[in-house]
Amino acid sequence: MKIAFSAAGADLDAQVDPRFGRCQYFVIVDTDTMEFEAAPNSGATAGGGAGIAAAQQIAGKGLEAVLTGNCGPNAFDVLKAAGIKVFTGVSGSIKEAIESYKAGKFQSTAQPNVSAHSGMGRGRRKG
Amino acid sequence: MKEVVVLSGKGGTGKTSIVGSFAALAKNKVLADCDVDAADLHLLLNPELKDEHDFWSGEVAVIDPEKCTQCGLCQEICRFSAIDNYTVDASSCEGCGFCSRICPPEAITMKERYSGQWFISATRYGPLVHARLGIGQENSGKLVATVRQQAKQLAETQGIDLIISDGPPGIGCPVISSLSGASLALLVTEPTLSGIHDLERVLGVCRHFSVPALVCVNKSDINEENTHHIEKYCLEQGTEIAARIPFDNTVTEAMIHGKPIVEYSHNGVAHHIEKLWEKITGTLAG
Amino acid sequence: MILSVASGKGGTGKTLIATSLALSLKGRGKVQLLDCDVEEPNAHIFLKPVISGSEEVLIPVPHVDENTCTRCGKCAEVCAYHAIAVFGEYVLTFPELCHGCGACSYLCPEKAISEEGRESGIVEWGHSDTIEFAHGRLNIGEAMAPPVIRKVKELAHDNGTIIIDAPPGTSCPVVESVRGSDFCLLVTEPTPFGLNDLELAVETMKELDIPCGIVLNRAGFSDDKVEAYCRKENIPILLTIPLDTEIARLYSRGVTLAEGLPEWREGFVELYGKIWEIVDERSRCPQR
Repeated sequence: MKIAFSAAGADLDAQVDPRFGRCQYFVIVDTDTMEFEAAPNSGATAGGGAGIAAAQQIAGKGLEAVLTGNCGPNAFDVLKAAGIKVFTGVSGSIKEAIESYKAGKFQSTAQPNVSAHSGMGRGRRKG
Repeated sequence: MKEVVVLSGKGGTGKTSIVGSFAALAKNKVLADCDVDAADLHLLLNPELKDEHDFWSGEVAVIDPEKCTQCGLCQEICRFSAIDNYTVDASSCEGCGFCSRICPPEAITMKERYSGQWFISATRYGPLVHARLGIGQENSGKLVATVRQQAKQLAETQGIDLIISDGPPGIGCPVISSLSGASLALLVTEPTLSGIHDLERVLGVCRHFSVPALVCVNKSDINEENTHHIEKYCLEQGTEIAARIPFDNTVTEAMIHGKPIVEYSHNGVAHHIEKLWEKITGTLAG
Repeated sequence: MILSVASGKGGTGKTLIATSLALSLKGRGKVQLLDCDVEEPNAHIFLKPVISGSEEVLIPVPHVDENTCTRCGKCAEVCAYHAIAVFGEYVLTFPELCHGCGACSYLCPEKAISEEGRESGIVEWGHSDTIEFAHGRLNIGEAMAPPVIRKVKELAHDNGTIIIDAPPGTSCPVVESVRGSDFCLLVTEPTPFGLNDLELAVETMKELDIPCGIVLNRAGFSDDKVEAYCRKENIPILLTIPLDTEIARLYSRGVTLAEGLPEWREGFVELYGKIWEIVDERSRCPQR
C-alpha cells in the first residue's frame, strides 16, 4: 500500500511539510516494505494553481492516501477525483507519521481544511 | 491563532489610521500591511527594517530579436495585446507562455518576473510584515499571500496568537487574498453614497468567503442621514456596527505627527477607537 | 484626448474630480466618462446616468470534450495557471484560475477543447445629460479586474474628450486603466499618506511615459510637503481644492462640485485648458 507525504526533505527522517501545494518534496512510501521514493514537488515554484500541479504530479502513482498538514480546495478536488484519501493535520517526521497511520490514528478529511492560496509565501533572500 | 483584517471597499475611509491605533492598543500581536500597492502603515509605526526579500512571481515573455523572423504569429494569438511590433509590453503580458510555445523559430522565452519586495521590521508595537509591489506589477494577490504567510510564521515562532492586517481597498485579487481564511473582517466605511455602495460590495465578498464581519462607520457625523442608512442596512444584513466614529481633525494631525491616534490624543476619537478594539477582542474571544 | 484621473491613495477624490470635470465641460464638444474602477465603481452615483445597454464580460475558459480527449496531458502542461489537471482517466478544469489565454484549445492535438464564456463582470453604458457614460462592475468573489477594465475601454469613442476614472493604487488594474492616456491627473491630499502614495503613482506614470499633473484636494489644513515634492519633481499642481465641510457634505450626497457649487465650473474649465496645453506641447516636441 502506497502513501505520499508532503515533505520538507527527501527521506523518511524529513519533517512533514504543512503545505501541500508548495511543499519541497513528495515522499512516497510503500508501507508494507518501507521502500520509498522522493521527488521534488513541481508545484512548489508554480505561479498559480500550485495545489493542482502538485496533486496532478502524484495522482497517477497508485496511491491510497496523501498525508499532509493542510490541503486546499483545488488540490483536494484532484485527489478526490483520483480516489486518493486525504489526511490533514499531520506533522512530525515521516517515520513517526507512518507509525501513526498504520496504527489508525489519523482520520481522513472529507473536505479541504484551508482556503486557496494559504501555502504561498516563499520569497527569495536578497543577494 | 486569530487574524483580524481591516477592509473598506472604498479607499480613504481611515483603515490605516485605525490599524495604527490597534497596533498601539493590542498587547501581543504581529502586524501585517496587506495593502502592498500603496502601503502606508509604516508611516505610523516607524519600523526598523530587519529583513528584506525580493519577490519573484510569474513570468514574462521575452523575444530574441536575433531569432525573430517577424512572422507575427505571437501578436495574432496573444489575448492580452501584449505584443506589438515584435516586442513584448511587460506590463500587459500575463505570463501565459502561449507565444513561447508556438513561436516557429523559438525566439520567445519566458523569464521570471521581479514583482516587488517584502520586509520584516521591528516596531515598538511588535513585528511588522510589509511589502512593496513593483510599479505596475500584477500578482499583488500573491504578494499579499506572502505577507500573510510570513506574519503567520513569525507569530508561530514567537508564540503570538494574534495577527492584525491592514487590507487594500477594492474587492479584487489582493482583497480576496487578504481575506480568505481570516477570523474576522472589520469593514471601515464612511457615510457617503460611495462609501455605502462600496461597503455593500465588500460585505458581499466577506460573505462569499465566509468570513464574519463587523462594520465601523468612520466620520459618522458628516452625513447623519447616510449613517442612519448604513445602520439600517447592517441591521437587515445581520451585521453588527461595532463603532461610530465622528469626524475629527485630530486623525489627520496624528498622521502628520507620524503617530497612532490613541497615542497622540486621548479625546473623543481615541476613546471611540479604544471601545472598538475592546469590541473586536470580545468578538474574537467569543 | 484621453485623460485619466488616478491616485495612489484611495479616497482622495478621484471620482469627484472626474465627474465634476466632465460636467464642467458641457457645451465644449463631445465628452465621455469611463469608470474603470470596476471593483468599486462610483461615478454613476454622481452622474446618475440613464443606462441604455449592457454586456457581460466573458472569460473564455476551456471545455473539454471527454470523448475526443485522449488524456495526453498537453493542455495541463501548457497551462501556466494550472487551470487544467489531467491524470489517469480524469480531466479536471478550474475555470476560476483560467486567464483565458487560449493556449490549451489551440495546442490540443485532438482539438478536443472548445472555449465557453465564464462571466466575471458586466459593462453598462448610457448617458447623463450630454455626457456619454460607461462603467464596469467586477462580480463579487472574482479576482481579476483587468478583463472588465479592457471591456470598458473598448467602449471609448475615437474622438472628443474621454475621461477615465481609474482605481486607486499602482498595480495592474491601474496600469490597465491609464494605459494609452494622453495625460494623467493625480489626485492627492496634503498628508503623509497622500504624499507617500502620490510618489508611487508618479513613478507608475513615469514608467508608462504618461505626463501627469496634480490636483491637491483638502488643502490648507496640513503640511506643505506635497507642494515641495511637486516642485522638486517638476510636476505642476493644476488645481487646489480646500478642505471644506460644504464640499464634504455635497460629496457624501453624491453631488459634484459642478452642480453643488457651480462657481467651481470655471476652475475645471481652466484645469482642462492647462492639461490641453501640456498635451499639445508634448505632441509637438515628443522627444522632450
